[in-house]
Amino acid sequence: MTYGVDPLNLVISGVGGQGNLLLSRLIGRSLLSKGYHIAIGETLGVAQRGGAVMSNMRISKTILYGPLIPENKAHIILSLEPLETLRMLVKYGNPNVTTITNFNPLFPVSVLSGINRYPEYEKLKDTITKLSGAAFFMDATSIGLELGAPIVANVIILGGLIGLSLLPLTREDIEEELKSSFAPERIRLNLKALDMGVNTIKSYEKS
Amino acid sequence: MYSLARHEPGARELLMGNEAIARGALEAGVQFVTGYPGTPSSEIVESLARVAGEAGIYVEWSTNEKVATEAAAAASFAGLRALSAMKTAGINVALDFLTHVNYSGLGKSGGGLVLVVCDDPEGHSSGDEADSRWFASSEGIPLLEPDSPEEAKEMTKWAFNLSEELKSFFLVRSVTRISLSSGPVTLGEIPHMERKASFDTSQCISPYLARLHHISVLERLTQVSEIFEESSFNWYQGPLNPELIIVTSGVSTLYAQEAIKSLNMGKSVGILKFGTLWPFPEQFVTKHVSKTHRILVVEEVDPFLETWVKKTAFKSKNMLSSDFVVYGKESGHIPKVGELKADLVIKALVELFGLKYIDKEASYKQKANVVSENLLIDRGVTWCAGCPHRASFWAMKKALQKDGRDGFLTGDIGCYTLDVFPSGDKLTKALHAMGSGVGLATGFGHLSQFNSEQPVIAVCGDSTFFHASIPALLNAIHNRANMVLVVLDNRATAMTGFQSHPGTTFDAMGNEAPAIDVANLCRSLGCLVIITDPFDLEGTTDKIRQLLREEGVKVLIMRRTCELVRMREEKNKPYTVWVDAEKCRGEKCGFCTRSFKCPALPWDIKTEKALINKAVCCGCGVCADICPYDAIVRQEVV
Repeated sequence: MTYGVDPLNLVISGVGGQGNLLLSRLIGRSLLSKGYHIAIGETLGVAQRGGAVMSNMRISKTILYGPLIPENKAHIILSLEPLETLRMLVKYGNPNVTTITNFNPLFPVSVLSGINRYPEYEKLKDTITKLSGAAFFMDATSIGLELGAPIVANVIILGGLIGLSLLPLTREDIEEELKSSFAPERIRLNLKALDMGVNTIKSYEKS
Repeated sequence: MYSLARHEPGARELLMGNEAIARGALEAGVQFVTGYPGTPSSEIVESLARVAGEAGIYVEWSTNEKVATEAAAAASFAGLRALSAMKTAGINVALDFLTHVNYSGLGKSGGGLVLVVCDDPEGHSSGDEADSRWFASSEGIPLLEPDSPEEAKEMTKWAFNLSEELKSFFLVRSVTRISLSSGPVTLGEIPHMERKASFDTSQCISPYLARLHHISVLERLTQVSEIFEESSFNWYQGPLNPELIIVTSGVSTLYAQEAIKSLNMGKSVGILKFGTLWPFPEQFVTKHVSKTHRILVVEEVDPFLETWVKKTAFKSKNMLSSDFVVYGKESGHIPKVGELKADLVIKALVELFGLKYIDKEASYKQKANVVSENLLIDRGVTWCAGCPHRASFWAMKKALQKDGRDGFLTGDIGCYTLDVFPSGDKLTKALHAMGSGVGLATGFGHLSQFNSEQPVIAVCGDSTFFHASIPALLNAIHNRANMVLVVLDNRATAMTGFQSHPGTTFDAMGNEAPAIDVANLCRSLGCLVIITDPFDLEGTTDKIRQLLREEGVKVLIMRRTCELVRMREEKNKPYTVWVDAEKCRGEKCGFCTRSFKCPALPWDIKTEKALINKAVCCGCGVCADICPYDAIVRQEVV
């Protein structure tokens, strides 16, 4: 395995409606066709009403693992919302975890109504960085807006993950999966989103 | 795009547990499918409904779980293979029929009948974490439990064969972590099933006379037991002479395997895994458990396996030696509440073996907790922007305040349940099961005889009205209770994913269907019925106040389509809405954001005033009516 660990534990988190579930399915299907044992545990709660959504992925060459990652044993946290990255770090983080965050704060209901305050962005970023072995931030929602569809932020962030080569998956593997999962008219947009994600993260690595 | 019914034997597919169960039913040749939606079970019927045409099967969302199992049983009596699926709360509703059909059996030419029940340890999306395994032992129903999506498919298939062979329905139990988890599944053959339904009228399928039928239930269980003792779904994995054996089943098997692996205890600890849970395979247990004198039972919620392992031990001489110990929930090694994970099994093994286990991440955890302490706020949940319920509850709050007699709501299960969540209004003062809001109100509505003056409003949705509210409503009318029934009619079973119900114009398979009109139905019962649009806040508030003063049972239908459905159909915004910053009193007021709590109406920290988030706002315009200073403006989109 690219990352050199077995099982590889990947957390995907975000808020209802951001398209987390699609990501776990795309990654899962791609890895399955390469012969990996995949278990995905989804915690949805009442996601559609703005609740937190989380997928636990266990990826192994040898056996099927249980669908829940043990405490503080994640290798990668892929998150569509920064407050959720932090929540996942507390639960699954460790000094070696890599985090990839779409820095698109979505306010919880208590913040919207003025009862609580959302953490200051810089403070939040610093804390995530402090708690990660390596922390990457992307503004995938803005990139998506440029493409005319903020909803593809999930595929852009997936591009980020693929660009870092942390999974035994190439851009072409995901392309193949996107082609069989999306209606023809949506494929081009999603491939573009994937490439934007890959290129964005690669530009960070150079800098 | 993938189809669950495609014929591609040998293909490996990533399936959700619920999809795997559905695929297993297809591979068993199921022809008739029923159920009532409820997380974590809904996708079983849903995914079969999606392929109904392609597979040539019949699929329905039934009015409730009891009707669902009755309809499925009828198909089975007529020789077809039938499946019914529901969550744990639903099996309570169906249990009256299930108890009796277990006594009666499926008749001479009965087709296989399988019931799938999905438990929700941890209560992720339920008001309980009840353990349905006890139904099997208390009623004498054969029970299977899979440990993964792959096994879920195979077991469902096997359950159909056994059910048909033994003319008894079989129970397959899943849990959230199987039903909503995904894993690899190898597809099998889908048989070309063209059985003609024919009910043999030379027989009467009935549990009467009960004593004789009870005897046949016990005889059947003996037969099932012989099959279960040999089942390959039960296995032992581990050393010949283990120091300890973990007895487990279902998803806990994977946690036990992981725990043994991470502690590197494969040479001292074995796993005895059950797939067939009831009748309990005693010989299989005795055979393997006699390899050791220490047992740890690993299971979620109740000590079901633990109870039966202990009973088996009591019967077996070699297990009765003085140093034989069973650890588990009673000994305090495994929690009695909530779901398990590998960490909890590791903890139990460390304790039992007196190991020195160093938590490598202990200092990280401590640091993470400290640095995030003031940053991590709860995500919370609330009604969507534009949701009719927000307006309905607003009107009910105002009406009860103005009424002034300390009135309250009795609630139901659906999106309106969010009222009792931390960010809700908490008007609902009692909330239990499907239809119970109306049932409770029939009781509260009779307390005036005992000097209570508090008025009661029972709340239900359109789907829950049909599911279990109708008998309670009849009770209230006949026994002259005083109550208002509010039906929040949003034309959808919104909470579980927009399934059809008797009030919708389409059925589970997407065909046109006759919709039952709640208002006409209630009028025919002699109730005073008023229909209102909850977005008319003032009019709705007045109507509630008027009805609270009337005697008898009054029905108020708050009719407004679920915003998620409306957006999908109409794709437009009725109003453009904005905040007039000059009129907004900001921090001196704050009424709109704190009380109305619409996700599209946030508080702007910089200006300390309310703000409309245009990306989230659906343009319902209701917030313009709640601002005391007319600072929220709406303009019709032409």
